[in-house]
Amino acid sequence: MTQLLEEVEAGRKRAPVIEPGHSFSTVTAKISDVVLTRPLSIGWLAGVMFCFGLVNLLLLAVGYLFLKGTGIWGITIPIGWGFAIVNFVWWIGIGHAGTLISAILMLLRQTWRNSINRFAEAMTLFAVACAGMFPLIHTGRPWVAYWMFPYPSTMGVWPQFRSPLIWDVFAVSTYATTSLLFWFVGLIPDLATLRDRAKNIWIKRAYGALAMGWRGSARHWSRYETAYLLLAGLATPLVLSVHTVVSFDFAVGIVPGWHTTIFPPYFVAGAIYSGFAMVLMLAIPIRSIYGLKDFITERHLENSAKVMLATGLIVAYGYAMEAFMGWYSGNRYDAFLLWNRLHGPYAAWYYSLLICNIGIPQVLWIRKFRTNPVLLFLVSTVVLVGMWLERFIIVVVSLHRDFLNSSWGMYYPTKWDWFTFTGTLGLFLFCMFFFMRILPSISIFEMRTLLPESKVKAE
Amino acid sequence: MNEPAIYGLMAEFDTPDEIVAAAKRTHAAGYKKIDAYSPFPIEELWEAIGFHHNRVALVVLIGGILGCMTGYGLQYWVATIAYPINVGGRPFHSWPSFIIVTFELTILFSVLAAVFGMLALNGLPMPYHPVFNVERFSRATEDKFFLVIFSSDSKYNEAETRAFLQSLGPKSIEEVPS
Repeated sequence: MTQLLEEVEAGRKRAPVIEPGHSFSTVTAKISDVVLTRPLSIGWLAGVMFCFGLVNLLLLAVGYLFLKGTGIWGITIPIGWGFAIVNFVWWIGIGHAGTLISAILMLLRQTWRNSINRFAEAMTLFAVACAGMFPLIHTGRPWVAYWMFPYPSTMGVWPQFRSPLIWDVFAVSTYATTSLLFWFVGLIPDLATLRDRAKNIWIKRAYGALAMGWRGSARHWSRYETAYLLLAGLATPLVLSVHTVVSFDFAVGIVPGWHTTIFPPYFVAGAIYSGFAMVLMLAIPIRSIYGLKDFITERHLENSAKVMLATGLIVAYGYAMEAFMGWYSGNRYDAFLLWNRLHGPYAAWYYSLLICNIGIPQVLWIRKFRTNPVLLFLVSTVVLVGMWLERFIIVVVSLHRDFLNSSWGMYYPTKWDWFTFTGTLGLFLFCMFFFMRILPSISIFEMRTLLPESKVKAE
Repeated sequence: MNEPAIYGLMAEFDTPDEIVAAAKRTHAAGYKKIDAYSPFPIEELWEAIGFHHNRVALVVLIGGILGCMTGYGLQYWVATIAYPINVGGRPFHSWPSFIIVTFELTILFSVLAAVFGMLALNGLPMPYHPVFNVERFSRATEDKFFLVIFSSDSKYNEAETRAFLQSLGPKSIEEVPS
């Protein structure tokens, strides 16, 4: 009982969303100076160069792929999907946290989101860009990818709207467009701030062009707030639908391990799980390198850790249900799938998945672990690895042994698979490095509204 | 006309409380062509200058309805008229399969309507605006609050308006050249 009371007391004293002592101008200066006045550092340049190397690796891998075809990858029949789809689902899942933070937490009036939504949205954009590449290059003929869109072609052929793969095209492209616009609308007032603070005329003009003449008129703010709220309301069902549609790519098929109704909620929870892990992995170094600990406080880390813990438990429930249904359904193929996961050639991967996604993250129940940045960073890494393994288990292990044992096989990723995957990691970080230095990584105008003096007292 | 025309008079305030109070008094005094500028959204402020209804929500609704009809209509037309394919004897008009793309296009059209509708109603992009001629106005995107009475207002009279603004207790008053 006393321990419970202590917990409650500690909760009351928890870190604020923004450290005290800030005013409108210090908030503005602190965030915009990272972009406008901070000198180039060796560390940043080194990071950019390293990631640029990885981007070149990606270009090499993709260039060679275009030259030779998908035969350079480890995909064979029966495992026709392989790394490309594993990485696609993994990346798009990571993207979900950005929209969740910016839209769902906004509708729930969680104002602590104001200091992490901007870079989480940027993270979403870059992750979706990495994700979108994979199905495209997996088609083998990416130069005719536009055939998937409905347009009046001379061939007289139209897309097959009963296919989940076409649903995916619409879901992912709508998601990418919405994320980009939502992010850009959020940036407009901050771009105006940068325009007004920049000293160099060319930098001023560049931000001025992007800010489109924003001047903070009350009429504009009124329309802006309505539009922003509606965008949040539209993005909320959208983000839930995207990973649902991704899960339909599997669930609509009849392969054991895919053909299950639990996939949509369990995919969405997994997406948010990995997304928050990525948010933490980015927020923890950013807040200490750029001196933003006043704005991204312990509270943010702790809240993100709690979201991770909750979604991780939903994912654990998903695994438990899959296993239970394997036994309870009485379907011999489902039962074999479970046996194959536990004892088949990929059993080690499955046990690692359980340790990474269910075992280790349970340390987040302890408050001390939720507020320790280093440990949180490590747990997040483990979760990201675990979520990648989950997608590997779903794609590869389900496909490699299905109904007929004459069509069983094994999947061995080649070096080109690994080059492509590491290359997209590099591309993602490369974009993040540039984003940090050319755009405000925290929403300045939303931070101003968190200050107590921004509230108008009733007369 | 050698003298530059005046676009309006601009008063500067330090806090949200002051600007909201000033905007309310200006509106009550009968000035209708006014605008206020702030570094972050203040709901009380647009209410104070008499701006109660924006039409963004209507634009988004229209966008959403159009998106929904486009999505379903396109799929119906493709699946039954333009390119009918018999898949295992299923009906050409297999509507449950069409729900997802209809939903996605509803969202897409609503989002486009929200963003471009908001920008269009706001008259953005607008690279030049007279208020930018006032040097101190650059603080409107940082920490200061401004109230402008436009010279096009029927009650506008340079001396009287200036005296009225002075009575609101601003930090400074400046002319906005047009």
